[in-house]
Amino acid sequence: MVVERRQRDAASASPRLKAAVRDLSFYYDRQRALSDVALPIREHRVTALIGPSGCGKTTLLRCFNRMHDLYPGNRCTGELRLYPDDIDLLSRDVDPIAVRMRIAMVFQKPNPFPRSVYENVAYGLRVRGMRSRVVLDERVEQALRSAALWDEVKDRLDAPGASLSGGQQQRLCIARALATDPEMVLFDEPTAALDPVATSNIEQLISELRSTVTIVIVTHNMQQAARVSDDTAYMYLGRVVEFGTTDEIFIRPRMKQTEDYITGRFG
Amino acid sequence: MDEGDDIHIGRHLQRRRRLEIVFVAAGLLCLILGMLTLVTLFAEMARQGLPRLGIDFLSRYPSRHAELAGILPAWVGSLAVMVVTAATAVPLGVGAAVYLEEYAPRNLITALIEINLTNLAGMPSIVFGLMALGIFVFEFGLGRNILTAGLTLALLILPIIIVTAREALRTVPDSLREAAFACGASPWQALRDHVVPAAGPGILTGIIIGLARAIGETAPLIALGAVSFVSFLPESPIRGEFPFISFDWLSAPFTALPVQMFNWTTRPDPDFRANAAAAAFVLVAMALAINGLAIWLRHRMRREARW
Repeated sequence: MVVERRQRDAASASPRLKAAVRDLSFYYDRQRALSDVALPIREHRVTALIGPSGCGKTTLLRCFNRMHDLYPGNRCTGELRLYPDDIDLLSRDVDPIAVRMRIAMVFQKPNPFPRSVYENVAYGLRVRGMRSRVVLDERVEQALRSAALWDEVKDRLDAPGASLSGGQQQRLCIARALATDPEMVLFDEPTAALDPVATSNIEQLISELRSTVTIVIVTHNMQQAARVSDDTAYMYLGRVVEFGTTDEIFIRPRMKQTEDYITGRFG
Repeated sequence: MDEGDDIHIGRHLQRRRRLEIVFVAAGLLCLILGMLTLVTLFAEMARQGLPRLGIDFLSRYPSRHAELAGILPAWVGSLAVMVVTAATAVPLGVGAAVYLEEYAPRNLITALIEINLTNLAGMPSIVFGLMALGIFVFEFGLGRNILTAGLTLALLILPIIIVTAREALRTVPDSLREAAFACGASPWQALRDHVVPAAGPGILTGIIIGLARAIGETAPLIALGAVSFVSFLPESPIRGEFPFISFDWLSAPFTALPVQMFNWTTRPDPDFRANAAAAAFVLVAMALAINGLAIWLRHRMRREARW
């Protein structure tokens, strides 16, 4: 397992950057939630954000698709560059809708739309103006297959999304995120509301998805971070304390604090 | 020591139980009093009015003779006024609510508008009637007709619709909005496809509460100059010849059920009071019909929402 992992890391020795966070500070009104965060996101890799509650991992994740724009009083400084076109996602000149069309998100609690399985997956395509039934059918099937849900729902695409089990609903949300061919998918504690079997399905799925998309995942569960991620950032009090490949962080962390958190002595 | 404690607890428990019974009894009494009053009123209305009720009563014009009088112009008038009211108040109210809840910046002006809306919802209806008389009739010269009456009642129920629609929108969970936005939806798409449909049943309830209030309003219509002796119907909105649709009915003088009832109850002849009771029965039936329609629509929306 570890040997495999090493080989994979070696194969990915030339890390192409997909995104880079630079000097990012974030404020909810007056309260500072992120301080001078810097973080590289490698293409086709899974980057895990770990740390104790309130350390700012979700806040950081939600910067990537400009979710904070939905609520008044939020403010940030710094840059979040997306490659290869090298644009600053946080810039005022960049339309948040354009950002969200390229960077999809899967939330902590499965939140399918109160519609059919089919319409849930097709929604992202529909908002982009896609009308052709043939193309929609094809893309929906493809997305459901990528989310490892097709075989379970192919006979009931017209059933309400809410009629699926919790784990299936989360995979439906993943299919919804994948349907539009995003460059990056953000996962905000995607298994927090799921049982162990569903969790392991989702984790396997995330591992498989890295071949096509870049993934950033927030997780409370350190074993999960160790299992699914290639890179890990340990955050504490709104700062990135340590960043490195997951093996480095989990096997030989440089900082005492990281080690304490990972070994469960703290957090 | 132990014994003493036991006795103490037992006594205390008994007292709490007794208190419980007293409160349940008091609550029940309040309910019975309220229900009894309503049932009595309704029964009295039915007793007086039902003998008068019939096809003739619904299809006749008013008359000086109580037993020949009917409410045809009144219920047609009420219906026509309601159509105008709904057609104006629903889009304006829902639109305003969506803007205030989803788009408006949170600042002093929005806060002032909010306070004023809540105040307006509790404003006596006669104020709206006089205001409409001044603005619609004298200022704009729209005349004392169905259009003015409909617009006046629309103004009256607008705050009710806005306030309830906003509350309905507020109950839509953020997770639904975020799901839509995360898919790349524009605010308008998120609203149209998800937020407003999810708030639909609540918005509908507000509309119905508003319309049910409007259909029973009398004071503003009298202030506007509703005529209680109308011996003709407004022109039909549908015509035999091109362009088949006519809006002449909007400018017709009008009466409405509550106005007709009010007029009849002021007459000394007790036979007219029976007429008033029968008309009241029809009015209640119309209000119930609106409510029934709402329940049916809400049920359908819920079923579709799960789809």
